[in-house]
Amino acid sequence: MVEVLIGIAAGIIGGMGIGGGTILIPGIVFLLKIEQQTAQSINLLSFIPAAALAVFIHNKNKNIEKSILVPLIVSGMVGAVIGAVIAVRLNPSLLKKLFSGFLFIMGLYEIFSKKH
Amino acid sequence: MKFKSKTALTIIGFIAGIVNGLCGGGTILVPSLVFLSKVKDHRAHATAIAVILPLTIISSFIYVKSGIIDVNTTLKVTIGSITGAYIGSKLLNKLPINILRKLFGIFMIIAAIRMVI
Repeated sequence: MVEVLIGIAAGIIGGMGIGGGTILIPGIVFLLKIEQQTAQSINLLSFIPAAALAVFIHNKNKNIEKSILVPLIVSGMVGAVIGAVIAVRLNPSLLKKLFSGFLFIMGLYEIFSKKH
Repeated sequence: MKFKSKTALTIIGFIAGIVNGLCGGGTILVPSLVFLSKVKDHRAHATAIAVILPLTIISSFIYVKSGIIDVNTTLKVTIGSITGAYIGSKLLNKLPINILRKLFGIFMIIAAIRMVI
């Protein structure tokens, strides 16, 4: 039952494009005592059907900017492979720290930004 | 709309992909689209899911091929995540932009902290 509840919480956040993995992975690691790597696998796999449903609904609501999808997806796939290679072959701790700092600042910016 | 150029979008996608491959999540996609490409917040969130979905399929493939999989837990979590995604997708349009940004900002900061611990 805990598994389903973690899924629901992450699904709601993920369905809004906020990032469900942010709560799903620690939820699984701490509440179910499953190791990090397996939790990441569960996060990715459970996201696929959930995201497919979310995309279907957002598309029905005319919320998807279709004109920009192709360049984002194509370059995103190239980046994803490079990112995975870096993660496996190099010690990505410096890169992670950089991105972490960037995310932190952007997070503050989101919170305090004025809507335009 | 000047940053909606293909070059800018390609760079945004590329960096989002690297972050996604490194540590998962396309958290940087949304602010890049909103603040650089001037996509409206709600549309940026919805579009980000459509971009991350194919990237996730690739990453999942790598995990499954490496034998890192827990079928039982994945199925249970997926029942929840599909239910949650339905609720979240319906909820997105109802969230005012300032609440959406604050909620998202909080999750970005949590993600930033998780990345270094």
